Amino acid sequence: MTRLTINGQARTLASVPSSPLLYALRNELKLNGAKFGCGMGQCGACTVLVDGKPVFSCVTPLAALDGRQVRTIESLGTADLPGALQAAFIKHQAAQCGYCIAGMIMRAQALLETVKAPSDQQIAEHMEPNLCRCGTHLRIFAAIREVAHSGLVVPKQKGPAV
Amino acid sequence: MLRKALALAVVAALPVAACIFWPQPAIAPTDGPPPADGISPARVARGARVVALGDCMVCHTAAKGEPYAGGLALATPFGAIYSTNITPDPDTGIGRWSYAAFERALRHGVARDGHLLYPAFPYTHYTQMTDDDIHAAYDYLMTRTPVKAEPPKNELIFPLGFRPLLAGWNLLFLRPGNRIAAQDQQVLTERGKYLVNSLGHCASCHSGLNLIGGEKSPAFGGGTVDGWHAPSLLHLASASVPWSQTDIVDYLRTGMSRAHGAAKGPMQPVVSHLAEVPAQDVQAIAAYIMQIQVAGKLSEPARKLEKSADADQRQLGAVLFASACASCHGPGAPMTAVSRYPALKTSPAVLGQQPTNFLQTVLHGVPLKNAPVPIYMPAFADMLSDQQIASLAAYVRADLAQQPAWQHVADQSKTIREGQ
Repeated sequence: MTRLTINGQARTLASVPSSPLLYALRNELKLNGAKFGCGMGQCGACTVLVDGKPVFSCVTPLAALDGRQVRTIESLGTADLPGALQAAFIKHQAAQCGYCIAGMIMRAQALLETVKAPSDQQIAEHMEPNLCRCGTHLRIFAAIREVAHSGLVVPKQKGPAV
Repeated sequence: MLRKALALAVVAALPVAACIFWPQPAIAPTDGPPPADGISPARVARGARVVALGDCMVCHTAAKGEPYAGGLALATPFGAIYSTNITPDPDTGIGRWSYAAFERALRHGVARDGHLLYPAFPYTHYTQMTDDDIHAAYDYLMTRTPVKAEPPKNELIFPLGFRPLLAGWNLLFLRPGNRIAAQDQQVLTERGKYLVNSLGHCASCHSGLNLIGGEKSPAFGGGTVDGWHAPSLLHLASASVPWSQTDIVDYLRTGMSRAHGAAKGPMQPVVSHLAEVPAQDVQAIAAYIMQIQVAGKLSEPARKLEKSADADQRQLGAVLFASACASCHGPGAPMTAVSRYPALKTSPAVLGQQPTNFLQTVLHGVPLKNAPVPIYMPAFADMLSDQQIASLAAYVRADLAQQPAWQHVADQSKTIREGQ
């Protein structure tokens, strides 16, 4: 059993501790936003936040997560009420096939929660680990930049991430 | 105690030596770099080879800076030294340096205006270069794109900002002049010795430094650089997984040895440059390295035999490995099955006496660089705690590599994590 907080709720997971976080999210909790891409921590489609930091959930052991805070794209908004980054991604039509987008948004969220109005260079460097095979990087970039300058997502006070 | 007293005596003597040997004349500035069309393409190509073998770019280019424009912080035990701009910019680079000034810098560690250079610039090695190699390097650098860039000010501990002290240091550690003439480099191992000791300045990292920043003797016994362990170059043939000459060539030329794994950390840029030079230069280096191997295993630092890591810790390590590592490093994973990369149990980072390089690799990963063989590993610092990494190490050492447990792994992990 792994006890942790997922999207603000205390959860006890029955998945085996050797399971990667991604499998528990998708199979046990049916949180299907994060995607299985490469399974080797190389593409970023599975990116979620652990204690506010972006991690590849496909190579993050459940056994490492007791007592920690996990956030997935489901915590940012819904189809009816999308969060700021989700709305900007829709506005800029940043998704082609869409497979990488949940990971892209979560990595961008981590940046906007730690850096106020990041520069283009900061955005580019921060987003570097996540790959989009359709090639919509310029639209993804435009969406993130718009939210970065909108003030809709601002750096949080130091403290446990929710 | 004796070493400390000796070091103090030496330090006390430095200012005296400084007063006697310090003053060096300025060499008159030129009007600017020599006209590029006066330097033949063949000459530039020859210089490119020398500069690649000398690893000039590794230090003289900042992380996001222009090539050779300097500004990279070199973390020394005495504080940060910023590399200088060696592009031919007349004002901030070496554009007004005559060949005589350039040669004096490489042979004696003296800048054009007469100030003494810090030995982070490896003139104690470059001094051994042939005249023709120094001239080729000059021709090459003078045909680079000039960049206007001043490096930040050095941040050295008192009183090392006072450069004349270096005159005393030079008396102890600088033996100026070429030692292996060009014609003697026809012999492969002599060519290798020349490349290792002069241009390659391998000892700068692989020998370790003494209390006043001189390289330890005998050379190549292993050292520390940028928080990584630079292994002994004398014990490669006697390592648990012995290195052959071919292994060394593969490692240095492609960044990857099928028997030992990838070049990581500060060695990554070195192998990138060795991929650019003629194959015979790398073969010469490997031949010489094989020649300096000493008999017997690397002596273990004295420590009492501790029982291997406890079963609980290894068990947790196995669980973490299954989830975090096995998709690449497990048996039959694509990395070994398709790419034919070596199994983890043969990695020097796993087989080393200290966990330093294992921890660096797990915490920070291997960033994708423009390397001859692209190598990448994600960083695990934000996924695993220091205790969890210690458990992982216990499992990898005991169960995969069949080696005795490292001690105090979690503490060292914390230190390396905080050092980033």
